[in-house]
Amino acid sequence: MNQKNRLEQGGRLNRTKPIRFWYDNKGYEGYAGDTLASALLANGVNLIGRSFKYHRPRGIFSAGSEEPNALVQLEKGAYTEPNRRATEVELYEGLTACSQNCWPSVNFDIGAINSVLSRLFPAGFYYKTFMWPQSLWMTYEKFIRKAAGLGVSPMEPDPDSYDKTYAHCDVLVVGGGPAGIQATLAAGKVGARVMLVDEKNVFGGSLLSDNVEINGISTQEWIDQQLNELRKLENVTLLNRTTLTGYYDYNFLVANQRVNEHLGSNQSGNAPKERLWKIRAKQVVLATGAIERPLVFADNDRPGVMLANAIRTYIHRFGVLPGKEITILTNNDSAYYTALDATEAGAKVVIVDIRHNPGGELFEKAEQAGIKFITNSTITGIDYAKGKIRQVEIMQLDGDGQGVTGSKSQLPCDLVGVSGGWTPTVHLYSQAKGKLKFLDDKHCFVADTETPNKLNQNNPSFSVGACHANYGLRDCLIKGFDAGKSAAQAVGFETTEITSEISCNEPESAPIRPLWILPCDHPVGKGKKKHFHELHNDSTVADIELAAREGFESVEHVKRYTTTGMGTDQGKTSNLNALSVLSNLRNTSIPAVGTTTFRPPFTPLTLGSIVGQERRELFLQKRKTAMHPWHDRNGAVYEDVGDWKRPFYFPTHNESMHDAVQRECLAVRNSSGLLDASTLGKIDLQGRDVSKLLNLLYTNAWSKLAPGKCRYGLMLNEHGMVFDDGVTTCLKENHYHMTTTSGGAARVMSWVEEWLQTEWPDMEVYATSVTEQWAVASLNGPNSRKILEKLTDHPIDDESFPFMSMREMNIADIPARVFRISFTGELAFEINVPARYGLALWEAVIQAGKEFDITPYGTEAMHVLRAERGFIIVGQDTDGTVTPMDLGMDWIVSKKKGDFFGRRSFVRSDTARERRKRLVGILTEDPNIVLPEGAHLVEKLKDKPPMDMIGHITSSYMSPNVGRSIAMALVKDGFNRKGQSFHVPLIDGSSQKVTLTDPVFIDT
Amino acid sequence: MNDQQPQVASGSRADAVIKTTSPAYNRKRTEGDNTLVELPWIGKINLRGNPEDSRFVEKIKSVIEVELPLESNTQHHNNSVTVYWLGPDEWLIHCKIDRVQELMAELGSQLSSIHHAVTDVSDYYTVLQIQGPNATTLLRKGCPLDLHPEVFKSSHCSQTRFGHASILLHKLDSSTFNIQIRWSYTEYLWDYLVTALDAVDR
Repeated sequence: MNQKNRLEQGGRLNRTKPIRFWYDNKGYEGYAGDTLASALLANGVNLIGRSFKYHRPRGIFSAGSEEPNALVQLEKGAYTEPNRRATEVELYEGLTACSQNCWPSVNFDIGAINSVLSRLFPAGFYYKTFMWPQSLWMTYEKFIRKAAGLGVSPMEPDPDSYDKTYAHCDVLVVGGGPAGIQATLAAGKVGARVMLVDEKNVFGGSLLSDNVEINGISTQEWIDQQLNELRKLENVTLLNRTTLTGYYDYNFLVANQRVNEHLGSNQSGNAPKERLWKIRAKQVVLATGAIERPLVFADNDRPGVMLANAIRTYIHRFGVLPGKEITILTNNDSAYYTALDATEAGAKVVIVDIRHNPGGELFEKAEQAGIKFITNSTITGIDYAKGKIRQVEIMQLDGDGQGVTGSKSQLPCDLVGVSGGWTPTVHLYSQAKGKLKFLDDKHCFVADTETPNKLNQNNPSFSVGACHANYGLRDCLIKGFDAGKSAAQAVGFETTEITSEISCNEPESAPIRPLWILPCDHPVGKGKKKHFHELHNDSTVADIELAAREGFESVEHVKRYTTTGMGTDQGKTSNLNALSVLSNLRNTSIPAVGTTTFRPPFTPLTLGSIVGQERRELFLQKRKTAMHPWHDRNGAVYEDVGDWKRPFYFPTHNESMHDAVQRECLAVRNSSGLLDASTLGKIDLQGRDVSKLLNLLYTNAWSKLAPGKCRYGLMLNEHGMVFDDGVTTCLKENHYHMTTTSGGAARVMSWVEEWLQTEWPDMEVYATSVTEQWAVASLNGPNSRKILEKLTDHPIDDESFPFMSMREMNIADIPARVFRISFTGELAFEINVPARYGLALWEAVIQAGKEFDITPYGTEAMHVLRAERGFIIVGQDTDGTVTPMDLGMDWIVSKKKGDFFGRRSFVRSDTARERRKRLVGILTEDPNIVLPEGAHLVEKLKDKPPMDMIGHITSSYMSPNVGRSIAMALVKDGFNRKGQSFHVPLIDGSSQKVTLTDPVFIDT
Repeated sequence: MNDQQPQVASGSRADAVIKTTSPAYNRKRTEGDNTLVELPWIGKINLRGNPEDSRFVEKIKSVIEVELPLESNTQHHNNSVTVYWLGPDEWLIHCKIDRVQELMAELGSQLSSIHHAVTDVSDYYTVLQIQGPNATTLLRKGCPLDLHPEVFKSSHCSQTRFGHASILLHKLDSSTFNIQIRWSYTEYLWDYLVTALDAVDR
């Protein structure tokens, strides 16, 4: 067997299923159930990558999601993913991964020169060096990014599919360890809808690394028993391989499920690679466990230094003993379990305990097992060469543990396990803005569930088990069960009936020695040996000291200055030690130093998971009219108007856009054209106060509009600025049909509803949106009446159907409302039919118009045609700062009627002043030049910008009907400057001479 | 979406047949035991009025022969009409398309002395029906409502959203939902549901 570190038995593996995988182009074998990290360790590979800043060799440090070192580039090509933690990647057949941040190879890395030059790269180095001169930062940045690279993003589109789903539950339990399983069971048994999520492939949490007995059976049997019971409950949803990544306001939580990633990148099938769960939970039980806290000692970043409990996890969960000669460095009892289990697995173990007189049940057990102890001592250096630890250097601690005394001794070993106690995983509680409290006796932060949380006030989350510093197994099991019960009770379930019997044997633990930053034979930060408190971002204790010396004492400043906790691991193993260092320096307590904010996601999310199925066609809706199939068949090019796909123009015979638009514009003025105007906003208004409301909404008078008559109106906001326009028609007494701009439909509807609901609830008006009820074909041009006559028996001559009126009639046998209104200035009929007949109507009109060469036209020709007549487009020629008077539309502002929106603002000095920007027409000296919209007008040209501008072009086109280019512009004091000439400087350095005119280019 | 031949339905005049289209082209899609289908050309009348005015409530009942639902997210129906509660003063009546004009006229005349609004919105929306064992799971992919059978019960309706589209969701039975959607959003919703249908964990 070439898996030289694999134990003969043990581990939750399928040993009958060997799996072949590739790491750094070399083939290895592992088993189903392995992670990439466990399989590499089984094969004796522990040099995984190079560190972020100094490019020091790094190995596997943990066995879970807290891993700061073992980041790999997973898979290749389109499937590749950077920064995957080897400790979380499940092994599958053919898995390919490689180390990152090393060049040319992990064993010889050119960037390691940074390590030699580390004196030149202190904390804050980038800020100090590269921020001056600021203009050069852009140049520096490229090189820094390259050197500090964290893996490579794929360049191809993601071939996998992803999924998003919503979920609701009474109780969400986060963490499937002993406490979480018990909580789920308690809440599930009484009938609550429970979801249990756990980031690992299997449930069990800390029990997976344990070999204790619960109720007389092994942990594995106990887990299986509980899960079997849970699976029987229909109201319980079990989600493994699911990371709770974010805990937001009001118990909204997001979890990411890796659905079939463990099958390998080419196995997508039907199921998505990942699924994002958006969960609303009535109650949340956090049973997220704890992360072992490292000790910070000289050379503590060497490959082969590992969290003590991780070694235990590799033994029990993966059947891997990562070293033969193990030195355990600890300040507490929990590492003794590792020592005992490793000894039993065949390793030679020495415990270096920094405590003076360790004792108690576990100590005795370890002594009985023949484990050698070195007490009141620490590791002061590691002899590391050729990718391996050869021996560690041990010295005795002085009185208060701030220094070392005596002589050095050498201890041969190939693996170092470290334990500085435990840090409860409070990330999620803190994300939800829950307050944390510091437990002085346990030296850690836990959720302060007593203090009310503003955002989740009615839904206090429960925090149990190791994440609440309940480290004893029995304690976890009982408190977990109680939390599940209480959570179900809080939702309203009767829970008195259920109980849980727990018996398990646990030795008492002796107290911890509260010392984490361990001295060596020279002061911390001096000499060659480094004390890393943060492995991911290569931050040392000396860096924090430097930050503090330079006045960055606040924890938030230190974080940014040293980049502590800013890696992809968010400092899961480093934060508390950084706080320790800072509190020592400031001579204050850890709670007085405070913590930085925990932010989602708990572990990084893929963009694919965030996007889910909402990509390609589903990224953004395309709204389509009833006539759309005809437009498609006839080669329309579309313009996005809001979410609408509107025909922009209809090119024939490979026409250019220019040619098509010119042709369409000519056709409308010379014969006839047809526009799909279905997207116009439409509001049906009913009630006896409608005309009263219209008088308030529009600037002109509406009291005398007779049934069958239409009127154009401008809508202003309270500031007197134009915000929409359209034609409103009186259908019959107390019943009106309002039209709005296509983009303003929803805005106007809300505007109307807001005033009706908040200010005038007594007004008898009901407003109902009918935008999509009606498909609208707008028939324009001198021949339009001739065409329409072919389709209806109804008289449509000028006398029976005058301009600005509406008639109901059948068009091509389709019941229609026809409006004689025009946005081109030509004879025009806007034919409204129920949408189901829209396509039939369009086809009938096109058919009837054939003999007149009827031309379908799009929004661009519509723009040109209205500009030729000087008609404005709200939102193009106006921008929210334009009054009707600025548009030269005083005629539409009633002086006689009562109040209307915007009226009072006309007397504001700025609105009333002379020389405001006014809408004028623009003619270029060269009639072939079409100015870009947005171009500025200046009185005086200068060599280069900035130049004093007097206005800007709002609309600009080549008009075939005028026979030259035309434009509109908002120009300071424009009305009084008509006839004068100005310059329009262009981006290419040239400029055009222009003359101000009236904006009406074709008069009737 | 393929451009299929539109369906033909009867038009306004007895002697004329007018081509009538629907936003989902009257399509049907089946995956496993799940079916997605458009129920095109359902008549829809938007109704506004004051439910505290007993005359209003009674007149409506006399015309449509169904009690106006006054409780949020409920609907009442008989063999020919379904009335959805949309808001404190707003309802939606579903009926056969050829009954719309007649019902509107009758409602208008019955309510002539009472402040109200009756508006034809038959073509504003269409209805998609999703039916099958995975119907709830499919809807959960885009709809943030709690669709648990104990919470969103059969016969419940709700104005909610699916993806970026606003919908009126009506649960007919444990495995059947009607989704009313605006004409212009139909293709988006159809494509979304088909994508979801294709990815059902079977």
